[in-house]
Amino acid sequence: MSSQWGPDAVMDRVRIDAAGMHYTPLNRAIRSAVEEGAREIEIYHVMGQRFIADGLKGDVTLIIHGVPGGDLGMFMSGPTAIVHGNCDHAPGNTMDSGLIVIHGSAGDAVAHSMRGGKVFVRDSIGYRGGIHMKQYRDKCPILVVGGSFRAFLGEYMAGGLILALGPPTNSPIRERGIGSGIHGGRIIIRGDVDDEYLGVGATKSPLSRGEKEEISPLIQEFASCFRIDPDVLLEDSYVQIRPSSSRPFASKYTWE
Amino acid sequence: MTIGSVPVKFRISVDHDQCMLCGRCVENCPYDVFRLENGKIHVNSRKCVACHRCIAMCPRDAINIRERPVDYRSHPVWTTEVREAIYNQARTGKIILAGMGNAKPYPVIFDSLVLDACQVTNPSIDPLREPMELRTYLGKKPSRLETREHDGDVEVLTTLSPNLQLETPIMIGHMSYGAISLNAQASIARAVFETGTFMGTGEGGLHQSLYPYQDHMIVQVASGRFGVDINYLERGAAIEIKIGQGAKPGIGGHLPGEKVCEDVSCTRMIPVGSDAISPAPHHDIYSIEDLKQLVRSLKEATEWKKPVFVKIAAVHNSAAIAAGIARSAADAVVIDGFRGGTGAAPRVFRDHVGIPVEAAIASVDAKLRSQGIRNEVSLIASGGIRESADVAKVIALGADAVYIGTAALVAMGCRVCGTCYRGLCPWGIATQRPDLVARLDPEIASRNVANLIHAWTLELSELMGAAGINSIESLRGNRDRLRGYLLDESIMKVLDVKPVGA
Amino acid sequence: MCGIIGVIDRSKERMDGQAIRSALSMMDERGSGEGAGYVAYGAFPEFADYYAIHVFFDAIHETKAAVDEELSKWGTIVHEEEIPTFEQPNIRKIHTPWRYFFQPDARLMPRSTTPEDDIVMHVVMKVNTSIPGALVYASGKNIAIFKASGWPEEVADFYRIQDYKGYIWLGHNRYPTNTPGWWGGAHPFNLLHWSVVHNGEITSYGTNRRYIESYGYRCSMFTDTEVVAYLFDLLVRRHHLAPELAVRALAPPFWDEIDRMPGREAHLNRAIRLTYGPALMNGPFAIVVANPDAIVGFTDRIKLRPLVTGTMGPRLYISSEEAAIRVMEPDVGDIIMPRAGEPVIGRVYT
Repeated sequence: MSSQWGPDAVMDRVRIDAAGMHYTPLNRAIRSAVEEGAREIEIYHVMGQRFIADGLKGDVTLIIHGVPGGDLGMFMSGPTAIVHGNCDHAPGNTMDSGLIVIHGSAGDAVAHSMRGGKVFVRDSIGYRGGIHMKQYRDKCPILVVGGSFRAFLGEYMAGGLILALGPPTNSPIRERGIGSGIHGGRIIIRGDVDDEYLGVGATKSPLSRGEKEEISPLIQEFASCFRIDPDVLLEDSYVQIRPSSSRPFASKYTWE
Repeated sequence: MTIGSVPVKFRISVDHDQCMLCGRCVENCPYDVFRLENGKIHVNSRKCVACHRCIAMCPRDAINIRERPVDYRSHPVWTTEVREAIYNQARTGKIILAGMGNAKPYPVIFDSLVLDACQVTNPSIDPLREPMELRTYLGKKPSRLETREHDGDVEVLTTLSPNLQLETPIMIGHMSYGAISLNAQASIARAVFETGTFMGTGEGGLHQSLYPYQDHMIVQVASGRFGVDINYLERGAAIEIKIGQGAKPGIGGHLPGEKVCEDVSCTRMIPVGSDAISPAPHHDIYSIEDLKQLVRSLKEATEWKKPVFVKIAAVHNSAAIAAGIARSAADAVVIDGFRGGTGAAPRVFRDHVGIPVEAAIASVDAKLRSQGIRNEVSLIASGGIRESADVAKVIALGADAVYIGTAALVAMGCRVCGTCYRGLCPWGIATQRPDLVARLDPEIASRNVANLIHAWTLELSELMGAAGINSIESLRGNRDRLRGYLLDESIMKVLDVKPVGA
Repeated sequence: MCGIIGVIDRSKERMDGQAIRSALSMMDERGSGEGAGYVAYGAFPEFADYYAIHVFFDAIHETKAAVDEELSKWGTIVHEEEIPTFEQPNIRKIHTPWRYFFQPDARLMPRSTTPEDDIVMHVVMKVNTSIPGALVYASGKNIAIFKASGWPEEVADFYRIQDYKGYIWLGHNRYPTNTPGWWGGAHPFNLLHWSVVHNGEITSYGTNRRYIESYGYRCSMFTDTEVVAYLFDLLVRRHHLAPELAVRALAPPFWDEIDRMPGREAHLNRAIRLTYGPALMNGPFAIVVANPDAIVGFTDRIKLRPLVTGTMGPRLYISSEEAAIRVMEPDVGDIIMPRAGEPVIGRVYT
């Protein structure tokens, strides 16, 4: 067991040195710390370990220093994971609830099939961010991206909210297939998007003042997470992308 | 110029002398074929799908159905089906949606394989009086066993991976709640519980009422991730990643919003009435190394306590794909042949894409053996297993176990009308309409399914006993006990069987 | 039907072949005159350290050069000779039996932990699958095999086995069923240090063969028995299982028996069945396997073929019939019919 009590540790704070550790023993150490009542687990020297907090449940905060591998917080249900560094592909994959905060960027398929909780990425994300996110009853997954995103943002999206706050002025959006196949949920983008970049079944409309007010607490939460000024974000204009139908492919078939 | 209407597919006639005007046909037909007017049953044959519900419910045997009473002028190339498909698409400009499995008359390889029996040189075994072992373990096996002996006590040093223990190599494949009704799933669940085997949940989550049977459930994770959370994964006895399906290799799934009722929405965790769209690929698997990651993520989430299966459609290159899967930490590979059933698939895929499971299993088994890893991974065959002989043959070709789907539905009353995609199944199987679902009594249907598994298991025991084999592992891959009857040489080479008489 | 017999002198005192000839002839009723054979362990004391490679040549002038070349590629032929034979009225000498005493060059298989054995196995598989007209039928150290098509006494006299001595002898009287009686198909089957005699038919042969072939073995004798030799080689030599556990893998307890065992024992047996399921041998059989240290006799799991054992001093006898043992040793004691699947093991004293 590599978890160790720091010199000033109290019972509910645990430190783990993950240097050279495979992800299975690392997750085992995290799980057993949670079982023993840890509320905060600080993990150092993370370098490429995949699946951190995979399927983890409970009321616990993981503070991760380093570069975690893919699928951080996959199937996670409840915990908070704060990453000081960049993430690889698909953090928040099929995540159930909880919060992932990334002080850096992340790879492709961020929040893939996420069904609840929040993923905040301070900088940019790769292709197919928020693909097939879906919502159900009180569960509404939220992905907020502070920087840029790549093509097919919100592909197949079935529910939830993607908020892209990337500065619109110096880098106009030129990523194709936004909301391609979207049949639920919405994508809100700061600034504007040319129609040619919208995907199949996606329609664009301006974000009304009332709708913007609805999301302003989220913007403020995101800003306070990363200690940035919310006012600039709140002042700008936004567009939203929604499904043109909840049954985008209903007319594709004829009966035999 | 108009195309006009095509001839009726089925002609219903009512024998009015027999008919006692009880109205059961009217009540039972969800397609509105029958109506009772002016003291007489009237029919609209054009609406009939030949589900036989009326026939089964008529107390006087007064109803008759004739298939294709007016056929087209015969032609060997421009068949009725081909012509009707063209009329349909000329009219609509759409993709034709079809149900059940492959409906083209390709030869069935199973029907050209015959099994062996002992005569003289070794005794056949009577399974009623001698032990006969059909118990099957599915999961990773070590390639060799490390042991240490001290004081006459042998200690096993090799760690065994979790395996599923089946009392018969017959399982029931993945048919989701949504594709079939909860009563149908509940019937299957009780049947597998009683017979010591397993069923798949399909990609539809696990309904709360089925939790008591969760130890016999293989929970599926497909590209839509419907119903998938950590709770679901932990409940399953094993987890199956669905990559593809024999009925429609290479394309995703699509549960129409009409089938997403309150309860279905609950287990799938999507809003009522919303389409449940499973993308063609998993968007975290674009390559074989990504599959390995998904397998490992599922194992990691469930603390390496559960076997993880991977299901692929049988396609041309199945052998190499399966070998790649076997190296991914997966515990079993499911090969779904092109005869696999489905609630709905584009007709062009259902009938034209993929290969038969017999050839796929034979080549996968051979490939895994050539790489020395056959026994390390289990092989499950599905898609077109119709009777116990098919089970015996596919095991002799190299499978560890089978999934049946359509056969289990037929055991519950399904008449293979192939109209599942309408969501109006009069037998209460492939529907979510409460009045239709209520027609399927899980008490009775579970007994029917259990009976079927039991009967096939008995027949399998008899076939093994006749071949002088008392343990299923000695049948597995034992192609010496098969012969090809009028199969061509190239296919016999793939199957690695000799011709009859040789 | 076939008759089998085996004896080990655990003090390693060597016996000549006369007694086993008589014992096997006593069981002529079990054979058909189409094949018989014997193996003697300790037969070549002067070449004890070299692999005694036995080959049947169809036309020696045409094929021997190829075998010589294959052997020379992998090591040194220390000595070679035609195996002396003596004309018998009913034996047609269709092959020329030859033996090489061979020293493999271990450096040629640097990554193996048992390079000499692996080289010899490779050569055996190579010759038998790629040189038509040559069949290696024995390849162990200090082990002589005598087999041909004929009755046991004819084969014995053809080779004059009374002139050879061994501390282990196995004999087999064949009634061929699935394949024609030919010299290569006669028992004992041998690979390296393993020799097998077998009565019965293995219904799981197709499964066993495909399993063993995935480990580099090549079945070339057209009969089910050879897989037994290969399975023992794999399980005991390469996987380091004790012979008892190897037998357990080939003829394991039934699942319902395993279910009733206490935890650790159940775990061991389950582990064996899961790991070695494809090695399980089905169908009727009684088998005696020998290696330089022991002989092991066992039957199938539901006892469809006979097996009897007896002891006399340091000697353990295993046979299809008690009478055959008594032909060799009239005063034999402890006559036992072992339980199905339970191995009887006679080890040399250490």
